[in-house]
Amino acid sequence: MSPANTALERVTQVPGVRGSLLISATDGLVVAERLMDGIDGRAIAALAGSLVQRLGRATQGAGMRIPTFVHLRGNAGSVLAASGRNDLVLVALAGVDANLGLARLEMLDAVGSLT
Amino acid sequence: MRALEPWVVEPLQTFLAESSARLILLMTTSGQVIAQHGFARSFEVMTAAALGSAIVASTEELARQMGAPRFGAVVHGGNRQSCMLAAFATPRGRWIGLVVFGPETSVGLVQLFFDQMVEQLVGAAPRETAAPPLVAENFERELNASLKELFGR
Repeated sequence: MSPANTALERVTQVPGVRGSLLISATDGLVVAERLMDGIDGRAIAALAGSLVQRLGRATQGAGMRIPTFVHLRGNAGSVLAASGRNDLVLVALAGVDANLGLARLEMLDAVGSLT
Repeated sequence: MRALEPWVVEPLQTFLAESSARLILLMTTSGQVIAQHGFARSFEVMTAAALGSAIVASTEELARQMGAPRFGAVVHGGNRQSCMLAAFATPRGRWIGLVVFGPETSVGLVQLFFDQMVEQLVGAAPRETAAPPLVAENFERELNASLKELFGR
């Protein structure tokens, strides 16, 4: 199994996580994905990539460091994003019942292991 | 924004607002311009339409030679700006969209909102019979007429 798929599998095994993707932040394109049926990975990659890029610019503009982890919380769940090397971002979609703490730990560890 | 057909304006404006693209040119596969935003001179539109339709024709023939279905889109990535060229079917025939965008957006966002624009265009297109294909002797006259309409000169 490729390192990307290993990272995705670790994240999707966390209870409540509905899927995960590895995306290219600059291009907003899917590199690898493991998603439940009916979830549009292409749209998530484009929008999450844009979100991470813009947050990076905003924090830099404010004189702070680029965020390593982003948690976007909604009524029906959360979008989590962990930035890695080479412009890669690991994104996870989590339901309201998800174990977000465990998901965060797994994502940061998994994305750190990607070269 | 200048358009030959008023019903294309709203989908195009939505696309431009959502994607942050800089330029867009909508044309038929024969290079006839339907709408444009961001081009300053008719010469630029004429050149882009001719080159865009030729590139799509080349890639479609390349796909045919490879025994593959049509390519969805051609993207040329650059440091300062990038270009995406994609053909799509409408009730008015096969059209081509040429989009130029900068680093303020991404190819993923442009593709995502371009696909949504295509859905809106297909939904908004009046259900009339498609215009007859252009013949060679009419092509230049049709092209000049559409450019005159788009640029008002």
